[in-house]
Amino acid sequence: MIIPRLAIKNLMGAGIRTWLNVVVLSLAFVIIIFFQSLYKGMGDQAKEAKIDIEFAGGQYWHEEYDPLDPLTLEDAHGFVPGPLQEKVDKGEAAPILVSQASIYPEGRLQTIILKGIDPKQTIIDLPSKFLVQEGDDVPALIGTRMAKNTGLNQGDMITVRWRDAKGTFDARDFRIVQIMRTTVETVDQGQIWIPLETMRELMGMENEASLVVVAKNTVNIPAVQGWEFKNLEFLLADIDNLIKAKSAGGSIMYVFLLLLAMLAIFNTQVLSIFRRRKEMGTMMALGFTRSKVIQLFTLEGAMHSVLAAIIAAVYGIPFLVWFDKTGFALPQGTDFGFALGEKIFPGYSIGMVVGTVVLVLMVTTVVSFLPTRRIAKLKPTDALRGKMS
Amino acid sequence: MEMSNSFLITTKDLVRTFPMGRTKIFALDGVSLNFKAGEFAGLVGPSGSGKTTFLNIVGSLDSPTEGSAVVMGKKIETLSHKQAAWLRNKNIGFIFQTFNLLPVYTVYENVEFTLLLLKMSANERRKKVMQALEWVKLADRAKSKPSQLSGGESQRVAVARAVVKEPPIILADEPTANLDAENSYNILDTMVTLNRELGTTFIFATHDQKVIKYLRRKITLFDGKVAKDEQVEPEKGKGEEQ
Repeated sequence: MIIPRLAIKNLMGAGIRTWLNVVVLSLAFVIIIFFQSLYKGMGDQAKEAKIDIEFAGGQYWHEEYDPLDPLTLEDAHGFVPGPLQEKVDKGEAAPILVSQASIYPEGRLQTIILKGIDPKQTIIDLPSKFLVQEGDDVPALIGTRMAKNTGLNQGDMITVRWRDAKGTFDARDFRIVQIMRTTVETVDQGQIWIPLETMRELMGMENEASLVVVAKNTVNIPAVQGWEFKNLEFLLADIDNLIKAKSAGGSIMYVFLLLLAMLAIFNTQVLSIFRRRKEMGTMMALGFTRSKVIQLFTLEGAMHSVLAAIIAAVYGIPFLVWFDKTGFALPQGTDFGFALGEKIFPGYSIGMVVGTVVLVLMVTTVVSFLPTRRIAKLKPTDALRGKMS
Repeated sequence: MEMSNSFLITTKDLVRTFPMGRTKIFALDGVSLNFKAGEFAGLVGPSGSGKTTFLNIVGSLDSPTEGSAVVMGKKIETLSHKQAAWLRNKNIGFIFQTFNLLPVYTVYENVEFTLLLLKMSANERRKKVMQALEWVKLADRAKSKPSQLSGGESQRVAVARAVVKEPPIILADEPTANLDAENSYNILDTMVTLNRELGTTFIFATHDQKVIKYLRRKITLFDGKVAKDEQVEPEKGKGEEQ
């Protein structure tokens, strides 16, 4: 316990130099955790929104269905197979029929995706209840992005043209019954939702669907011929990759900050080793071995990060708790390319905090150790004269 | 412990050279000296005569190029760094010209420092440190930092640090060089008392006449060789000249 005791004493004795390093390093702690929590929060929020509004417990896709290739949609439909229909009947799944169609907002042709969904479904948080048909008008639901792009408002009629199951063109006017506000762009942009049964009838696709969304936490996932189950890991892979790419970009800032802090510590260590040679010589004369002196100086450097962690906790914890409550308001018009609300709420984990502390501690220890290797070559007689061997 | 007869320190044909460009300088050139327990001896001579080099070797801070130095039964030239550090910690106290106090520690902590490596309880350490500070009459300055001390007080702390572990040998390299006459005599009186009461062997490297007046054995070095080794009658009390 001698070395830690002396290291603390020396560190405190160094005064302002220590505290400057500690403050910079504590900033690195807080900013690293802040940014990591921000990206984790973004990821969690985006995934949660996608799960709630689009994916639920996963999706069965018709074997031809590929949401990234609209040209395949014409053939991407089939009868809902027995095991899936059973789930639908029990309220454990919701079929969705998808087809390409065209609209003519302000006289210009625009290709859209027409989606049919059961107005009574409760599997995803889409406001499908507005699609309950009353009268002859076909009710249609669009998102705010679609409304903005097409200039459509609630109550407007829009002519939609499509090709039915036999390839025949058909068209009809739909009434926009609701404009939904959603953070999930992939259920909004370029899409019109109508009642499933109406769509099946219009398309000539009785009892058919392109995909079937199963309820959250569904355990029983039967294999169904001609349909492929896509689990959440698959469905959220794009978001995971996007978050990873964004975190990598964001991490540049904290790597930069960490480098600055490490530079300060490295500089302090190098200075210490040059300025405190006499002290080292004295310690050796009093019976310290070189390895003990190295340990002492390395620990002194590494302890900057321990002090920094304490200081960071003092002002960082209240800040991060406050941030967790208030969230981070995104500037208007910010588009991250995935589902986010107007505010990002950070996501913390013990692993993240412990990981950050361990990372900074390890880097600081290495940075502190590197300059002390010179001590190994130091002759006590040279050190006492203030000379480097 | 293997001892060379009754001597604490024995050196035989001690040679220490330092490279200087293509040539080498002989800091010590065949020095053979023996020291018994309780001696109050001094190496005198002009700068460059080899006084400090001799103390460094005997203090296991350096190794001889040739010859042999046996301190407390240990052959200096064969000691590893660790063994040399242990020898210094257990058996040798150092007093330096520039005091070499550790600046961030208090007087108490500076004196305690050397005891930290010896496995000693905190109570025992406290007792010894306070006793050492009493010897040098600095018990009331235990909490002061070195920056708050005068030169004389600093050197008294250094003396306390050297004697606190009650080592058999204390090596003092120009201990009065940075002190005024009054402080020099105070320090030397303290050392004489410790030598008498504890039986500690003091070996000085000095060319200060104030120190020389206190010596009971005066070894004159010149160009790395022993020019004269004589027992002398020390003058008691303070001397008149500076």
